[in-house]
Amino acid sequence: MFEGKKIVIVGDRDGVPGPAIEACMKTTPGEVVFSTTECFV
Amino acid sequence: MSNAVISGASYVLVHVPNLTMVAGTTQLLERENPGSEYIKRVRDHLRTYEEAVAYPPNQTYIGNISPEELRNIKRPWYQNPLKDSSRFGRYGEIMPEDEFYGLMALSDVFGLVILEREFAEGVKQKLLSHPLFSADDVNRIKNVADEDTIKKHIEEGAVELKCDGKLVGCVRKAHDRDEALSAHVMAENLATKASAVLALRHLFKVTGISPGEVDYIIECSEEACGDMNQRGGGNFAKAIGEIAGCGNATGADMRGFCAGPTHALISAAALVKAGVYNKVAVVAGGAAAKLGMNGRDHVAKGMPLLEDVLGGFAVLVSSDDGVNPVIRLDSVGKHPIAAGAAPQAVMQSIVYDPLDRLNLKASDVDKYAPELQNPEITEPAGAGDVPKANYKMIAAIAVKRGELKKEEMESFIEKHGVVGFAPTQGHIPSGVPVIGYVRERILAGSMTRAMIIGKGSLFLGRMTNLFDGISFIMEKNPGAKKEEKMPDISSYLAEAFREFAEYLKTRGEAGAPR
Repeated sequence: MFEGKKIVIVGDRDGVPGPAIEACMKTTPGEVVFSTTECFV
Repeated sequence: MSNAVISGASYVLVHVPNLTMVAGTTQLLERENPGSEYIKRVRDHLRTYEEAVAYPPNQTYIGNISPEELRNIKRPWYQNPLKDSSRFGRYGEIMPEDEFYGLMALSDVFGLVILEREFAEGVKQKLLSHPLFSADDVNRIKNVADEDTIKKHIEEGAVELKCDGKLVGCVRKAHDRDEALSAHVMAENLATKASAVLALRHLFKVTGISPGEVDYIIECSEEACGDMNQRGGGNFAKAIGEIAGCGNATGADMRGFCAGPTHALISAAALVKAGVYNKVAVVAGGAAAKLGMNGRDHVAKGMPLLEDVLGGFAVLVSSDDGVNPVIRLDSVGKHPIAAGAAPQAVMQSIVYDPLDRLNLKASDVDKYAPELQNPEITEPAGAGDVPKANYKMIAAIAVKRGELKKEEMESFIEKHGVVGFAPTQGHIPSGVPVIGYVRERILAGSMTRAMIIGKGSLFLGRMTNLFDGISFIMEKNPGAKKEEKMPDISSYLAEAFREFAEYLKTRGEAGAPR
């Protein structure tokens, strides 16, 4: 599903933060090109 | 070593629709776009003071209704105003904007706030009728001018202060070139300072202590004050204490984004328990920058601009009186640097590690207080119900640990959660809004303990990708414990010195080597 894909991650502090999504994405063949966590409050 | 207790808490809001337009970051950014639909429409969505007072979450914040009562009011709350609403509540008040400009002026010691002469006179009279402000306070409002002079200052970059569409004053810059002392920053900082002064004055009323009894102040707002050489140099704490009359106190500022207040309360409790100070006031004023933060979504969805209030609070942490709830310092939960960012890891660190340490189950805590943002503000902007997201994670881990059945999650959240009622004023919603309510319930015997949780978005400062979490449990006071009577050791010491002197004398006489 992520073969040859570039991945942009926008995490949520009170949901799933960026580094946690990034850790999951690193188990796929996709390339994480940007990862951040945002605060919506 | 005696415990530190929570002797009282105050909560204040200030309705500032005009300041929202000139100091809120969202509005300032939108103004850069001359064709902004939002700026064209937003004024039609501003609430009147009466509407802000009658708004059920605001009445909850100042203590006129409980979070349980709020939960039973049908949403949207802005369409169901509270009939018996009041400006003043058990914990504080909702101050109108004109009086707040007066409060900013009397809190300003550098002549930066200028009020239009006639307006100033009217505000002085109103503040003289306020139960918490004296003639000495009001007489500090001296910096007045005519409208033309104020307009001239605004042309030179001062921030305008309007009321009911009329220009009534301005906030000037404090330096010609220093951006940390610009008119915009000074308006933000004076709004923080003034709303914190209001919270502190209400704390004195709630607790019955005099300002002179406070030994130390920890200020934990989101803004920082300083100049171009030290942007966060400080110190709001002493500046607020000076205006509030805390002549015997010193203090310092503590920051940590929304986790700041919880860090501050733990530090206050540690200082009291260690015997350094007897009475520590933890205080925070409002964040003008966050006014109207989600306004674009509120306006787009036809809602009133709900982020039109500054928030403030103050909590008094005192040495043990055997009555008030204790801050259990052995319950502190922290999110260590190496813990990782996974939601489970965060909740494990700040909720379950302390529970395990104290041999408690999740259900042993009557109420959890993580971020308590009003969901009516956050949901239209796509951020969801933030308190509920936190409660779901706490409940899910309880299920994983075998403490709860999956089908019991909803009832656990309802029983141990608190509906969000705080304005999105950054640090304000993070755990602390329930302290006044929980303290009363514990004193009444209907609650035993609650966990206060602060979470801070450290990554916003772009110094780290980390965020922060910190917690503590406030608990029913086990009762006054008599200090174990220490034996009078002075007679033993005197005898020991006599024997030692005798020994030295004997040694000298014997010519012993030295």
